[in-house]
Amino acid sequence: MVNIIRSIRFTIVFAVILGIFYPLAVLGIGQWFFPWQANGSLVTFHHHKVGSMLIAQAVNQPGLFQPRPSAVQYNADGSGGSNLGPTNPALLKEIQQNIQKIEKQNPNIPIQEIPTSMVESSASGLDPDITLRDAQLQISRIAQVTGLSKNWLEQLIKKDTIHPTFGIWGVPMLNVMQLNLAIEKKLQNSKE
Amino acid sequence: MTVEGILQILLVLILMFLFGIPLGRYIYTIFSLQHSRMDRLFMPVERFLYRLIGVDSSVSMDWKAYLRALMLVNFVMLLFAYLIFRLQGRLPLNPDKIPGMSPALAFNTAASFITNTNWQNYAGETSMSYLGQMLGITFLQFTSAATGLVAAIAFVRAIVRSKTDNLGNFWVDIIRAHTRLLLPMSFLLACVLVALGVPETLQGAAIVHTLSGDVQVIARGPVASLEAIKQLGTNGGGFFNANSAHPFEDPTALTCVLEILAMGVTATGLIWTLGLFLKNRKQAIVLYVFLTAILMLGTFIIYGNEAAGNPLVHQAFGIHGPNMEGKEVRFGIPLTSLFTAATTAYTTGAVNAMHDSLMPISGLVPLLFMMFNVIFGGKGVGLLNILMFLIITVFLSGLMVGRTPEIFGKKIEAREVKLATVAMLVHPFVILVPTAIAIATQVGRASILNPGLHGFTEVLYAFTSAAANNGSAFAGLNGNTEFYNLVLGVVMLLGRYISILAMFAIAGSMILKPIIPASEGTLRTDTFSFGGVFVAVFVIVGALTFFPFLAIGPIGEQLQMMHTVSHIVH
Repeated sequence: MVNIIRSIRFTIVFAVILGIFYPLAVLGIGQWFFPWQANGSLVTFHHHKVGSMLIAQAVNQPGLFQPRPSAVQYNADGSGGSNLGPTNPALLKEIQQNIQKIEKQNPNIPIQEIPTSMVESSASGLDPDITLRDAQLQISRIAQVTGLSKNWLEQLIKKDTIHPTFGIWGVPMLNVMQLNLAIEKKLQNSKE
Repeated sequence: MTVEGILQILLVLILMFLFGIPLGRYIYTIFSLQHSRMDRLFMPVERFLYRLIGVDSSVSMDWKAYLRALMLVNFVMLLFAYLIFRLQGRLPLNPDKIPGMSPALAFNTAASFITNTNWQNYAGETSMSYLGQMLGITFLQFTSAATGLVAAIAFVRAIVRSKTDNLGNFWVDIIRAHTRLLLPMSFLLACVLVALGVPETLQGAAIVHTLSGDVQVIARGPVASLEAIKQLGTNGGGFFNANSAHPFEDPTALTCVLEILAMGVTATGLIWTLGLFLKNRKQAIVLYVFLTAILMLGTFIIYGNEAAGNPLVHQAFGIHGPNMEGKEVRFGIPLTSLFTAATTAYTTGAVNAMHDSLMPISGLVPLLFMMFNVIFGGKGVGLLNILMFLIITVFLSGLMVGRTPEIFGKKIEAREVKLATVAMLVHPFVILVPTAIAIATQVGRASILNPGLHGFTEVLYAFTSAAANNGSAFAGLNGNTEFYNLVLGVVMLLGRYISILAMFAIAGSMILKPIIPASEGTLRTDTFSFGGVFVAVFVIVGALTFFPFLAIGPIGEQLQMMHTVSHIVH
């Protein structure tokens, strides 16, 4: 009996410490020192919140970089992958559809040059990054649609490449939101 | 595989030992109850907590008293979490208006988190309120880790003490596990994670108007505080459905490295702690060498298979490259492979890639690691499993050379061997029987996503993960049905508590035995040849028990795949 009461007291005391005080302490530090990160790395354009640096979103304009395919249609309130197994015929069908989409948008790309990351769905459905090769393959289309020079876009890719941490961990890659914001800003400046 | 890739993996493992060994020494000072400089900081807090909870820290407990307290408080916390999940819809801190869970799902979730499994039949962003994430999930992620930890410590005390029945005081141990270890480490890691991009907010989902003019609802919340203990406590239950693949849980390659380190560092440290308790560091080193070798082997098998890519895709479309289905670009294949191997070795169950979409032989590695359940293993229980297999190994070797088996100077007799065998056999039993039932019934098969042998593997993986208290999934399987909620819930409870009960019963008789000084005739357990026999024992036990199921699952799928590819060529 003593142990039951002690167990209940332990549960209440530790639920409050671990389930309320601890998250609130992290919240305090986070909101005070790193408010941008703590609130989801949201980015503003034209005084509107347009998305998060860390979360992919559906891109419908051909003049912007496309993120990786998403099994959840970029639903940032319902993340997930396709969970299709490697031998599932549905996987091959999905990849085929993605290849056709890429070919339609970028008519001159030889199929064998398409990287797998460009046509296979990400794990979260919200992968904010693409590989260098993926970005390079999209340059001609974006240049054609927007009128921006290929040279400028190549420089943009070079400048915005995210390199592996400490030169060791990860792969060179590009954040789609960062690229697209740069394009939008450039287009806006050239209009003015 | 590239040299850089291999280097990425090796560097993380080196860091694991650089952090793990000092941590093991620190854990030793916490639980050997030596006086330390930290006492001045922690003692007042702990005394205050003893008073709040009503703990008399001078009481010592035998194995029954210790076990009774452990089981009781676990049961109370299970009920508490069940109520939170059922009632979350009507409780505060629910900005996104998430309803309460159904009874079956609430039971499954409470059982999952109290057992340190963290199997999730719910999607965090749509089915768990902020209060549920904090008071239900984060809370249990601490206490279940601490429970495993103190169970292991109590067992180790039984080995090194003699002619007493005092295993220590459960309440003192579990409180110290929080104040001195889990809470400070988690707080530190959580703050680092926020700095690197993991959100920590109580504002509801962000609603944005995208560059394409659509509306996007971006789920967020108190993620960093949960993420830190999720990894450090070898829990693995994510804030979001996509777990550590979600950019808000694991935003960069650096956070990926930190999360891998966080899930392995305590398990690595605990083996050193064991060495210090035994006053035999070589024992720890022998275990390190063999376990690390197996972890690396598994990692490289995954790395090789994933980097080579899916041959069916190459065949059909002529595109080349790694298997990126269900993977994120920012981690790269090497870190993804290490994470996948580590999460099942340390029985965390966090995933940063969708295991369902791994190549067949890559998917075999996490399955095998969970079936072995001793490759470092989860918080505390991993060490318990290692000790259980050491007892079995000593017994078998004793039979082979005709000596009375003894371990760490204590005789192993019929009682201990019987109990260790129970602890060992529970694991395959609660995996294979439910898998067979699920496959034989319509309700079991209806949840399968992928056709053919892969679908079988989804079911096998689910029960293996539940029994190993891992929590990772071949997530195509729809677990949120009454059948899977209930059966998986029960499997998790049996997988956790039967082996803890058996191990405590062993501890109870071990602690009474005198320590026999080592002599010429002693079978040493701290040699590399003994380490080799130890590995052989758990591999053979694992292989014999599980091989038929693995043959139908991932091995069969691999063979089918190779057959299809060679057919198209000819």
